[in-house]
Order: sequence, then structure tokens, then C-alpha cells
Amino acid sequence: MKKILFYFFGMMAFTFSASAQGKPAPDADNAGLKLPAGFGALKVAENLGRARHIVVTTQGDVYIKLDRAVNGKGVLRLHDSKGNGKADVITGFGNYGGTGITIKNGYLYASSNTEVFRYKLNDKNEVINPDAPDKIITGLGTGQHPSKSLILDNDNHIYVNQGAYSNSCQEQDRTAGSKGKMPCPVLNDAAGIWQYSPDKLNQTQADGIRYATGLRNVVGFDWNQQTNSLFVMQHGRDQLFQNWPEFFNEKQSAELPAECMYEIKKGDNAGWPYIFYDQIQHKKILAPEYGGDGKKEGGADAINPTVAFPGHLAPDGLLFYSGNMFPAKYKNGAFIAFHGSWNRAPLPQEGYYVVFVPFKGGKPSGDWEVFANGFSGLTEVKNPNDAQHRPCGLAQGPDGSLYVSDDAKGTLYRIIYNGK
Amino acid sequence: MKKLIGTIVLITAILSFQTAPKKQVPAKPVTNTTAPATGIRVSIIRGQDVYLKQCLACHQANGSGVTMMNAPLAGAKAVIANDKAKLINIVLKGMKGVEIENEIYNNVMAPHPELTDQQIADALTYVRNSWKNKASAVLPSEVAAVRNAGKKKK
Ligand code: HEC
Repeated sequence: MKKILFYFFGMMAFTFSASAQGKPAPDADNAGLKLPAGFGALKVAENLGRARHIVVTTQGDVYIKLDRAVNGKGVLRLHDSKGNGKADVITGFGNYGGTGITIKNGYLYASSNTEVFRYKLNDKNEVINPDAPDKIITGLGTGQHPSKSLILDNDNHIYVNQGAYSNSCQEQDRTAGSKGKMPCPVLNDAAGIWQYSPDKLNQTQADGIRYATGLRNVVGFDWNQQTNSLFVMQHGRDQLFQNWPEFFNEKQSAELPAECMYEIKKGDNAGWPYIFYDQIQHKKILAPEYGGDGKKEGGADAINPTVAFPGHLAPDGLLFYSGNMFPAKYKNGAFIAFHGSWNRAPLPQEGYYVVFVPFKGGKPSGDWEVFANGFSGLTEVKNPNDAQHRPCGLAQGPDGSLYVSDDAKGTLYRIIYNGK
Repeated sequence: MKKLIGTIVLITAILSFQTAPKKQVPAKPVTNTTAPATGIRVSIIRGQDVYLKQCLACHQANGSGVTMMNAPLAGAKAVIANDKAKLINIVLKGMKGVEIENEIYNNVMAPHPELTDQQIADALTYVRNSWKNKASAVLPSEVAAVRNAGKKKK
């Protein structure tokens, strides 16, 4: 019966979209993941390297950006020739590590930590000339938040995050009691999102527009097609206790500040380093580097978060779901891949899961919930490196499957819905 | 809870001591951890306290660090090396952007000049003799010498 159903689905998929493949069967153990009822998961591939962001073509092929090139290949292309959901043809190109990858209007875009490249695709979404991409952006700064995520809007712009090369803009970075620089010079060339042209060659940061500022570090972001606006996930600042023990205890330092989702309009300021968002008090709190004590408010000119999550969970992937495979509640909602914390020690670490936030009319319509858990393989993560897998990138397949990458062991997961 | 931590500290210290190569001090229970340093074991116990407050947030309880973020100390060649001056300088002056055993770590280690010679010696002795690391103690006098050499250069 299952076989017949499978065949039937296969036929349907074939009928509706000429080249898309049928729904594969989940792995017997759902790839080790804990999922809501009706969902299943399979491992598309394993041991790929440090798989960061991912994108799936309309044909169902997956491009993966590796943090470090493996055998000279920093971008992998995974193809499933048998239609069983398992990638059996893996090729690669691009001898550079990095995080960002996306597809728009016939081009694949991929980034190192300093440059952005563009590859022309053929009508099967295969890269035509893998060794001769256009270098569209060059000379970007790095530092302690070096990754460059990529996304395009519908008006021919590409957005690139530029993480702060500092924790909280202290005179002495990450040093107990060191005051914040006023004004913070890091804001001039980092801690924001820059907008560029996707088809001009060799742009530098000066050719771009600072689209948003006061964002300490953004790794996960997505263009929301419902609102036609950019949504970003900020990594909040670290070390409130270690650097300011007179104002924060270890528990507060583990929980604060919030990891925030922001909807970004051109020119927005999210307030870093002067404030942080406290998800328990629901307030923008003056940073201790700038005279704060954990209670004083600040940031009158800073935007409020759309959603505030617990501290240090490290959101590395954001995806607004537009597929039809999952039940109606997931439509247009946000999936977030939380890479998992390190800055909660000596308390247990948190994150290492994918969460879901329902959206209606471009606004959250309910509380966030853990959607996919079990990546770490542990009931409690004490040391981050004990986690077997760490979710990082998210992508949606042409059939509505949700793909999740893991940059610890290089597993690519595919989550499917089997319910009715 | 405090008691538990105390016991763990003691056990770790004793275990580390037993595997430590140098300066065999009789293994009697330590009752007063503020007593002057009389051996590597006492230094390790005090060093764990410094580590907990100053280093653990980044390097983690098991010394494993965090891939791509913070360097590991457990099993790190530099940590157990004979070149103690280099280690002392890392704590005094901090470190960033240096490739370690073919890996890059994005985070920044701040300088810790505010720590006393004793604290730095204890912390380094602790990391050199914890997890599976085994190496000789770092002495406060060695920290002082490196600190002063650094000052003279300026
Ligand atoms: C804010 C995070 C942070 C804190 C706090 C911190 N470190 Fe580090 N430490 C790092 C990072 C990141 C590196 C690697 C830097 C690089 O690669 O350039 C490092 C490197 C080291 C190294 C060199 C390791 C090697 O293999 O070369 C030693 C030794 C070390 N730290 C000891 C300590 C000690 C002792 C303390 C406490 C007094 C401490 N660290 C506090 C982040 C930190």
C-alpha cells in the first residue's frame, strides 16, 4: 500500500512539476530528530564538511556553502538521481570558505568572509562556469563576526550582513569594567546590513548603502515575500556577568540579552551597542558599557524586536515558509535554526534546535515553539563541542520540504510532512 | 551544591595531581585553600577558581573550547609546551586571529593584566594539569618576570 501511495505521489509530482521528484520516505529514526506528529526526516547526506547556508533549486538540487573548503571545494551541489531523497551525486567548486548562498533570477550567489561571487545558472539551475564567477563585492571587513549572509529582494538589490568586530564596543573588547566608546566607531563600517547591486562588479563597502545599523551580528536573515521586507535574527552581546559582575549574576548573564528577530525598514537602527533587549522585562536596557545597570532603559531611537528569544541561542538560519507540504499553520511562518549557545557556561547550554513562529498578515500570531530537536544527540549540552550536530542553514525544497544543514558533522537533513 | 563543587574540585585536583609529573607532595586532604602555595596541587585548586571566573565562559568546563569560536585548551600543544613565557603572554596580552593547529577561532581573547602573578600562575597551572593535560607548574615568579620584561620593552 505504501509503495502504491509513494508511486501515486511520485506521479502527482511528476504531473504537476515536470522535473520535481516524489516525496521520499523518512529514515526509520527520523534522522535522529524529534518532530511534531505527522512529520518525518531523513538525512540527505552526511560528512559534507562545515555546512553553513543552503539553497534548493526548483529541480530539487541543493547548493551548500561550506565554512571551509573541502578538497578545494567550498560550494557543494547535491543531486539525487534515484529520487529516494538521498544525494548520490555530489560535486563542488569554489575554493573558499564562507557562509552565504542564495539563488535569484538565474544566478547563484555565494560569499567568502570578505567577498561575494555570482554564478550564472542554466535552465536546470546548474552553474555554467564554476571556475569563473563574477566577483560582485570585494574587500569586506572581518573580525570576530566574519560570516557574510546573502539575500536578494524583488527590486534587484542584494543584502549582506557586516558583523561587529567587537562584543559591545568597549575600549578594551571583552574586558571587565571597560567602558564603551562614544560614539561607537564600529557602527561606521560594521554592525549592520549593507545593500548592494547584484550585477555590478568589484563593489566595495563604499559602493553599498548602509541599509540598517545597530545590529551586532546577523547570520540568519530572509526576505519576507508577504511583507516585502527584510527580517533578520541578531546575535545578542555576550558576557554581561563576566564583564559586569556588579550588575548581573551568572543566571542573568545566561538568559540575557534576547536573541531578537527584527523586521527591517531602510534606515532602521536596532540599538547595538548602546542598548540590549531584555526579554524578561520586555524593555530596551542601557548597556552597562554606556552607564546601564540592568534596569535603566535606553534606545529611544531604536526599533523594537518582532520576537525576542532567550539569550545566546545563536540564530544562524531564518526562513519564511511558503510551501504547501506542511499544514496550514506553517504557511508564511518563520523557521529559525538555533546553532546553540556557548556563552551560558557554567550553566547548561541552550538552542541546538529549529523553532517555529506562526505569522499572520506579516506579524507573529502566536508563541514560538521548538519544531525540530535532537540535533545535539544529548538531553543536556554542557560543552558545545559535545553536540553531535549543530543546525545552521535552512532552505525550502520545491515540494515544500524543509532542509536543515549542520556545520558540526556536515549532515544535511530534510524534514517532510506525512500526515493528512 | 557548594559541597558538591568542592568535592569535584578536590577530586579533579587530586586526580590531576596524581598524573602530574613533577613535585611529588604527599596527598593529604586540603582544608585551607587560602594557605600559601606549597605545591602544584594547591596551585591547581586555586587555579580552578580563577579558571571558573575568568576563562570557563569561552574555553568551557571541559577545556574543549568551541569550534570556530574559542580555542581548546584540553589537548592543545601550546598549553602543555615548555614555553611558559608564551602562555603567560597570552593571558597578559590576549590573543586574536592567530591560526592554531590549522584552525581559525573567530572570538577574541581579552588581555588579563589585572590578574595577579599568583592568579595567572594558578590558572595556567590548572589548565596545564586538567582534563588530560600534564605539564609542570607555572610559578608566580615566572609570571612576574614576563610581565616586567614586557614593561621594559615599552
Ligand atoms: C572571551 C573569550 C575568552 C576568554 C575569557 C579567555 N580566552 Fe583564552 N582564548 C580565546 C580565544 C578565542 C583564543 C584563540 C585566539 C586565536 O586563535 O588567536 C584563546 C586562546 C588561548 C590560549 C592559546 C591556546 C593555543 O593552543 O595556542 C590559551 C593558553 C588561553 N586562551 C588561555 C586562557 C586562560 C588561562 C584564560 C583565563 C584567564 C582565557 N584563556 C580566557 C578566548 C578566550
